Amino acid sequence: MTTEAAVRPLSPFAGLMSGTIGPVLVVVLGLIAIWYVATVALNAPFQRDIYARAGQTDVPFSQMVADTLAQERPVLPSPHQVAIEIWDTTVNKKVTSNRSLIYHTGITLSSTLTGFVMGTLLGIGLAILVVHSRVLDKSLMPWVISSQTIPILAIAPMIIVVLNAIGISGLMPKAMISTYLSFFPVTVGMVKGLRSPELIHIDLMRTYSASEAETFWKLRLPYAVPYLFASMKVGIAASLVGAIVGELPTGAVAGLGARLLAGSYYGQTVQIWSALVLASVVAGSLVALIGLLEKATLAKMGMNR
Amino acid sequence: MSSIATSRPRFDTPARLAIGVLVFAVLGLTGTAFQPDLGSLDLPRLSIVVTVLAILGVRYSLGFARHRLGDVIIGLVTILSAWFLVETVGNHQGLAAPGFWFLTIATWFASWLFVERMAHWRGLSPFAQKLVNLAIPLIFGITLLVLWQLVVVGAGIPQVLLPSPGAIGTRLVSSVPVLWADFQQTFLKAVLAGYAIGCGSAFVVAILIDRVPFLRRGLLPIGNLVSALPIIGVAPIMVMWFGFDWPSKAAVVIIMTFFPMLVNTVAGLAAADAMQKDLMRTYAASYWQTLIKLRLPMALPFIFNALKINSTLAMIGAIVAEFFGTPIVGMGFRISTEVGRMNLDMVWAEIAVAALAGSLFYAAVALIERIATFWHPSQRG
Repeated sequence: MTTEAAVRPLSPFAGLMSGTIGPVLVVVLGLIAIWYVATVALNAPFQRDIYARAGQTDVPFSQMVADTLAQERPVLPSPHQVAIEIWDTTVNKKVTSNRSLIYHTGITLSSTLTGFVMGTLLGIGLAILVVHSRVLDKSLMPWVISSQTIPILAIAPMIIVVLNAIGISGLMPKAMISTYLSFFPVTVGMVKGLRSPELIHIDLMRTYSASEAETFWKLRLPYAVPYLFASMKVGIAASLVGAIVGELPTGAVAGLGARLLAGSYYGQTVQIWSALVLASVVAGSLVALIGLLEKATLAKMGMNR
Repeated sequence: MSSIATSRPRFDTPARLAIGVLVFAVLGLTGTAFQPDLGSLDLPRLSIVVTVLAILGVRYSLGFARHRLGDVIIGLVTILSAWFLVETVGNHQGLAAPGFWFLTIATWFASWLFVERMAHWRGLSPFAQKLVNLAIPLIFGITLLVLWQLVVVGAGIPQVLLPSPGAIGTRLVSSVPVLWADFQQTFLKAVLAGYAIGCGSAFVVAILIDRVPFLRRGLLPIGNLVSALPIIGVAPIMVMWFGFDWPSKAAVVIIMTFFPMLVNTVAGLAAADAMQKDLMRTYAASYWQTLIKLRLPMALPFIFNALKINSTLAMIGAIVAEFFGTPIVGMGFRISTEVGRMNLDMVWAEIAVAALAGSLFYAAVALIERIATFWHPSQRG
């Protein structure tokens, strides 16, 4: 390669490949290709079974590939089957319909967001307490951290059943599981953030004779904002997981988790995969949304990099 | 942390707590402890201990006994008082009256006061300081357990809503064989196998990816995205593919642990400075020598970070996967069936086992990290 080529790429294609967009696209396409191959491989035994029963002996390979990609209840549905199912259940159904994925997503989303807001507020509150009290720092923080080594999702069914027993049902129990999962990253991040101002800045506030509250509003909180957004991104993803798992024990009534459970009961693999793909899209967009919010807020505060 | 000494106001938090102890002790001693009409003074041992507590409170708020010996005495009397409270309420289940609650609050404040004082002890030897740092969260946890026990038993909350710690403990001891079988099925088989395969394969893939910059640029954003996805949702699919027994749970664990490990290892392999790599080059080190002697050690903190995250994820994955179908043994299975049968003490016992296993797993990884990365600044602190 000449030096000129190193400075200026020869074609737009080469420029694309040296960034991140090109490689990501290639990897995604590669993954989809692997998916197709796996679909054929995993569905082939059952398809051969069908042929054997129908008495068809020598089916051409191309025919078999086409058939494996179009089974009704495949071991692994092909990407286009999932795409068609998602299109069918989002665009072609009424939003209020029980069979519309939008309806189920909405239900999951509402408890995710409720839980996320409660978890974030709880996390910020705990962080403020911990930063301002030496005793709480020493006694509460170890428990906050070890609370996460506990597989908390295991308690999800119990929380739902118990809250149902005392008359709280619907949105709140699921939201509480989301709250539990999302408060932790926010607490840890905020404690770190509220402590991130340097000692010299805190001393400066003291020379201004600023009260503890003034130091908090004018120094600690602005410093903590980038940390808050970073942990909110983790928290909202955890909230969604909490909401989905929270829907499992309610007996598959509504929501993306319920779609997963119903799909697994009735062997509807296409339904499971479409719920899964949609959940991933929701998770990705929620994180991206927080990212946008972060950019806007930091730009307004003059802290963007 | 900023620890600039300020002139301590006379009426600080401990003083307020001491007055709280006094007020609630007096209120409790004069009130009715249990229905129908059992006064606190009819319970001699309890009332004597609480009186001592109240006197200590007075002394403290007046400014006496503000030394370590006084603090220790407060702690000891508080323990006695909590013990008597738990014992008496066991004889009067669900009959607690305001007087009893006041005594409970007084004892709670006393333990808070003790912890508050302990956090301000100065001039201890490093070993004693370590012990105190360990004792403070421990006392906090025990206080919560005692309060839980007192409230549940005193107010007579039904077992199906919230069992008391005592009942859970009894259940835990009496059903050790069942719990052990569940632990074996879920932890020793599914979690450990899945964790080892998931982390191991991700490590190998990360080293392969690292050799191809194109793949690294393409896979990292995707890996970051995947770590935000609700991967737990693949559980029903894995159960369909690999059957009801533990391999399907191990498969879920593999998928859940793969991406955090991949992303962290790749990031860790990029952590070595250009300067250090140049030094290796001047030594004429080969790719493998550079990898083993420079880049992998530099990557260890990142790798251990992923191993710690994964220890929690693995437990969650295995337990939740069991909700979708399992043989009649396993922690997730036990939790979901016993919830259905309203045996909440068994559920809590299972959760206690899961929590203990999860914490020990995490602690083991953290210990190995401490040994393996002793040179890292975060470990020397």
